[in-house]
Amino acid sequence: MKCYIGIDLGSTTTKAVLMDEDYEVLGQGITNSRSNYATAAAVAKQEARIGARLTLFSRGLGSAAGGGDMAGIMEEIELSIRLEQFLEQLEDLHETCKSHAEPGATGLLEALDEVFGRIEAEAPGLFQRGAKRKSDFFRDIAGSRVMQIGEDVAKQTGVSFDQLLNTYDKSIIDVENRPPEGGLAEKFQHCLGRVIERAPEFDLSEEKVQAAMRDALDVEIEETYVVGTGYGRVTLPFPKEHIRSEILCHGLGAHVMYANTRTVLDIGGQDTKAIQVDAEGIVENFQMNDRCAAGCGRYLGYIADEMNMGLHELGPMAMKATKTVRINSTCTVFAGAEFRDRLALGEKREDILAGLHRAIILRAMSIVSRSGGINDEFTFTGGVANNEAAVRELKKVIQENYGDMTINIDPASIYTGALGAATFARRALDN
Amino acid sequence: MSAAKQPTEVVKEPSMLKQKAMIADNYDKLTGAGESGRKVAATYVPGNLNELLMCFDMLNNLPEINAIQNGMRKQSGKMIADAEKMGLSEDVCTYVKADLGHMAKGAIAPNGKPMPVPDLLLLSYTGCFTFMKWFELLRDQYGCRTAMLHVPYEGDGETTDNMRQYVVKQIKEEVIPALEEVSGVKFDIDRLRENLKNSAAAEENFVWVLQSAKNRPSPIDAYFGGVFYIGPIFTAFRGTVDAIEYYKLLRHEIEQRIAAGKGPVTPEGEMGEEKYRLVVEGPPNWTSFRDFWKMFYDDGAVVVASTYTKVGGVYDYDGFRHDPARPLESLADYCLGCYTNRNLPERVKMIETYLEEYQADGLLINSIKSCNSFSAGQLMIMREIENRTGKPAAFIETDLVDPRYFSPANVKNRLESYFQMVDQKRHGGGSAHRAA
Repeated sequence: MKCYIGIDLGSTTTKAVLMDEDYEVLGQGITNSRSNYATAAAVAKQEARIGARLTLFSRGLGSAAGGGDMAGIMEEIELSIRLEQFLEQLEDLHETCKSHAEPGATGLLEALDEVFGRIEAEAPGLFQRGAKRKSDFFRDIAGSRVMQIGEDVAKQTGVSFDQLLNTYDKSIIDVENRPPEGGLAEKFQHCLGRVIERAPEFDLSEEKVQAAMRDALDVEIEETYVVGTGYGRVTLPFPKEHIRSEILCHGLGAHVMYANTRTVLDIGGQDTKAIQVDAEGIVENFQMNDRCAAGCGRYLGYIADEMNMGLHELGPMAMKATKTVRINSTCTVFAGAEFRDRLALGEKREDILAGLHRAIILRAMSIVSRSGGINDEFTFTGGVANNEAAVRELKKVIQENYGDMTINIDPASIYTGALGAATFARRALDN
Repeated sequence: MSAAKQPTEVVKEPSMLKQKAMIADNYDKLTGAGESGRKVAATYVPGNLNELLMCFDMLNNLPEINAIQNGMRKQSGKMIADAEKMGLSEDVCTYVKADLGHMAKGAIAPNGKPMPVPDLLLLSYTGCFTFMKWFELLRDQYGCRTAMLHVPYEGDGETTDNMRQYVVKQIKEEVIPALEEVSGVKFDIDRLRENLKNSAAAEENFVWVLQSAKNRPSPIDAYFGGVFYIGPIFTAFRGTVDAIEYYKLLRHEIEQRIAAGKGPVTPEGEMGEEKYRLVVEGPPNWTSFRDFWKMFYDDGAVVVASTYTKVGGVYDYDGFRHDPARPLESLADYCLGCYTNRNLPERVKMIETYLEEYQADGLLINSIKSCNSFSAGQLMIMREIENRTGKPAAFIETDLVDPRYFSPANVKNRLESYFQMVDQKRHGGGSAHRAA
């Protein structure tokens, strides 16, 4: 079948959306951008292809699932595939670490075996329904587990922890930059078998399920047209007409998600964009932060590092605030200093965080007003749109300045740019 | 794929060689002033009184031009850092800082020789309010005589006779006596008339050059190429025979380009297909001038009219010419009419006219971080133009000569977005299920 792919190469994450001829999104994928955009694009695209297979499978299964919980089945299968991929990369990391281990370092190889053995053993638990993961990216999960388990193993075996960590540091970039292996069909079959085995409550007719899976896998997913966008777009091996500015992609993506959108705010890793679109999704005007990334997603990233927390833990903590500490500067470079300064004054972490979130939103709103203000409906996109504390502040500020407005935030808003790019790819066919 | 053709060997056209020789000669005269005994006036581009200075055999040294030269030769970053060490803050106009940093290092001209200490600071206070502060600093450094010409801002959007007479009175009572005293030469109004006649002749061809951009394709880029075309008429050559010859040569070359159906010449040779016709408001960035220009011509964007090429005098919009029959009055009218001395509604009207007359696709604003006389009000200008013309406008932010404030990725991102926005508008765009 003909398929259209949009890839958004952001500074932090790379996203892909795969769409069919009828503008239906079949799959979407996301990965960290690393320092290698080509690999990031390949990984995101493969993730989107997996998503597409699952969608096709789910469509094919339709009535075959005898009244079971369809969403549950799909989630199980997806988690199972993620586990499979994780284990594959973990094995690669293990082998790479061994090849990078300093020759003659006593006990290092054995210690590595122990560390990776333990991670492998706990992995299925990480990919269970309802399990909480710090991140969905291999690097983040593997990194934090190697740190934690490595420390323990180092203590027990007397191997130097620094040596373990050094070996990991040398290896992770290699592993990350190796595009994932193919063999999707086998992986799917394997996972399906595991789900059927593990979840008898779904009441699946194995024969029908296998048939649906075979059908889904048999469909040829043809990459008819690919459009790239985002900061890394020029590095994609595409001719120029396959590259679109992220401003246009975000504008169109938001329009596809919410047809009445007139103003779009996107807060990404290193830029903040305010875009005005017309009834057709055509960009009328836009403003961005200038040379300085103050108040962008990366600002929160620095704060998270400063607090030794995961990026997605910041929002929930800020939600616990009982007051909002006033923060004026959103300078990313000074983020750490601002935070420590308030802490030294005796403010609570959650109250400071609430202030930081408000500061980001105020800065973004200044960019919005320069682009022409907020016109109904307003759509908020980008990684920061997933942060509940940022959303709460945004709603407050909009209410204070513009009154009642329809505010759209899609749970999949991080894919807005890629969705716009995929739509451009699909449209290109008609031209 | 680049719209520009494969880089070809750029052949310097006679007008380019002529201008180069004129500039080199002027720097030689300036740096040789000690030997020749000629007196030097430092003055600014907007509202400069070059024809009058020539009546006193004086040389004209323009600090902004030195800053631009140093910016384009990638020297200004260090000079600005030096000026900041001297205590000038980050927000100060970077022309000022580049100039003071340049002086601190011996004010070496492009010919490798030191610039002379001026004998007179002739402050034409036109449009830019930083000029006065700048000359205060220079006066402090040089300890030389200062003459000030206060040109009232055209707050109501027009030149009144009152304003004109106020400027004429100052020229008569303040400026001319100062020039006579410093130079030891007696003022001769016939000499001024002769110079003004030369100016008007050059201005005629200069306007023809600017208006050649109404052709499709435009044979010139009226911003990136335009900054070279304004050189003689804005600086030390207005009123000279050299300037007349320069514009004749230039006009002849452009006539040939039009006849051959050619677009502008870029630093990489002939420009490819003309895809976008733009009007640009605001000065260019000088430190990354070529990279900045490349972002335009690589995408087939040509600037058909710009406001920056009007800072040293507006000749096309309302037909002003220096007039030997009204020598002092026409100098006054010239000073009053410079672009940044006009109020915002006038600037909007001028841009609107350009968009229409040059059949442009839209307006692009290059907002300069350290230039308030240009940047204040630009968002309003943009909104107003969008409302009046329905054409797309966009905003980019750079600086004059501070290399730290040019972010290529950011500028390119906005420019590409803007060009695609123009495309989208042109093709009607459409909702998800319509053609792009």
